[in-house]
Amino acid sequence: MLPPFKIEQAINQIVREEWGRILAALVAGIGDLQLAEDVLQDALEQALTTWQKQGLPKSPSAWLITTARRRAIDKFRRDSRFAKLQPELTYLVELESQVDDTDEEMIIPDKRLELIFTCCHPALEEKSRIALTLRTLGGLSTEEIARAFLDKPKTMAQRLSRAKNKIALAGIPFKLPDDAHLQQRLSTVLSVIYFIFNEGYTASSGKQIVREDLAEEAIRLARIVHSLMPMQTEVAGLLALMLLHDSRRQTRMDHRGNMIPLAEQNRSKWSKAKIAEGTHLLKTTLVKQQVGSYQIQAAISAIHAESSDWESTDWRQISAFYELLYSLQPSAVVRVNQSIAVSYAHSIEEALTLLAIVENEDAMLNYQPLYAARADLNQRLGRHEEAIADLLRAIELSENSAQAEFLQRKLEAFQA
Amino acid sequence: MQYICLIYSAADTGPAPGTPEFGPYMQAYQEFTTLLKEKGALVAGDALQPATTATTVTRENGSIETTDGPFAETKEQLGGYYLIECDSLDEAIEYAAKIPTAAHGRIEVRPIMTFD
Repeated sequence: MLPPFKIEQAINQIVREEWGRILAALVAGIGDLQLAEDVLQDALEQALTTWQKQGLPKSPSAWLITTARRRAIDKFRRDSRFAKLQPELTYLVELESQVDDTDEEMIIPDKRLELIFTCCHPALEEKSRIALTLRTLGGLSTEEIARAFLDKPKTMAQRLSRAKNKIALAGIPFKLPDDAHLQQRLSTVLSVIYFIFNEGYTASSGKQIVREDLAEEAIRLARIVHSLMPMQTEVAGLLALMLLHDSRRQTRMDHRGNMIPLAEQNRSKWSKAKIAEGTHLLKTTLVKQQVGSYQIQAAISAIHAESSDWESTDWRQISAFYELLYSLQPSAVVRVNQSIAVSYAHSIEEALTLLAIVENEDAMLNYQPLYAARADLNQRLGRHEEAIADLLRAIELSENSAQAEFLQRKLEAFQA
Repeated sequence: MQYICLIYSAADTGPAPGTPEFGPYMQAYQEFTTLLKEKGALVAGDALQPATTATTVTRENGSIETTDGPFAETKEQLGGYYLIECDSLDEAIEYAAKIPTAAHGRIEVRPIMTFD
């Protein structure tokens, strides 16, 4: 006999794992994101009562999508507003008459890639792309997304509905971009996923530095895109990068929530499974020789992951990878990161020279990591006044309190 | 679907009449219009007289109020439009990016509302 379980739990699990796939298949048939979401929600409610009475169907996902499609057909028939969707209705009725309820592949074609490209369309506002991706692919509720962005649920609901409205009215197509635009559009998708990860990894505001659910969600999304586009090296690169970063999750904060820098983390507690998966993925990707910025960043992260301590890190190689990254992505931000590697691989003076080249750029004026890096370099050179000034500025510019408190402690230790 | 591409640019940008760049600029517009026609995408398209010739009209309590000039006080002015027929926003964006003024001004792409 199966152990007793709650139908609600089963439904929650399905929503968690299958929402994106079911919704994507529904949108492909119905052609309207909002309507697809509504009928899926209806089907979930119906599942709660039906499954309670009859038990769990053989394929819950197939049951949900068939029920949702029937709801859509009902709506089309009853509501004159959907009159123009006649072709979709015909298609749905046809589907309905053809499929066998147990053949999942046939009922749920995998349209998640189309869905993510639609949600990450450049004609949508950046924050909306992120919210919409979390809602449609991730199955996160509006409340959960609002909490992740420290927004009011009502504001987030309005943002989501505005975005869905634009998709429908402006004719944003539910299809993959053609070859000429694929790389550019894919990079938008990847930046949405990486943003979600970073938001989970270092919450840009507020006290908590790790919001694990978002980091996990980003990794899950990258896995989906990677499984559907295995030949795209930057997708694999991003997935590897996030796995490698995430391997340090348990060691980035002490039990009081204080930030621990890479140099002082307990490396024995890094997740070996994530490091193994990340480095394996990276190695099999780099041989394809289509290098991109995510792969390079993953390679840098892999060097850290494989070093037994901070001192024995191969800084020359890291510095060289930053040079390569700079050639693809010539930004001051890359130079700031490179400066630390250069200070260990070559000399602190050389690192400061590197910073001097970029520190007067407008974008650097309020860039916290620049001041944190320069403070470190000045401190190591024994330039006390400069180091203190840089630390104060870095504290002032810190966006989350964990970061500010970490630098504050550094300042106090330094002044003592 | 139909989309309108509204062409905006600031007065002192882009090739001016009488300069060597102006001929090729006009030529590019002609070629773009021809492309739209060939693809069967052109519904309508016109250039407008400068914003200095605009009159803004409102009606208040039955009386007609007129003011000289366009409504918006932005630097960029509406200079022309294309009304095009496309399958999706992606196609409309593709055409909009080919409008010569997109190189120095901006094109606002708006779907046409249909009542049914």
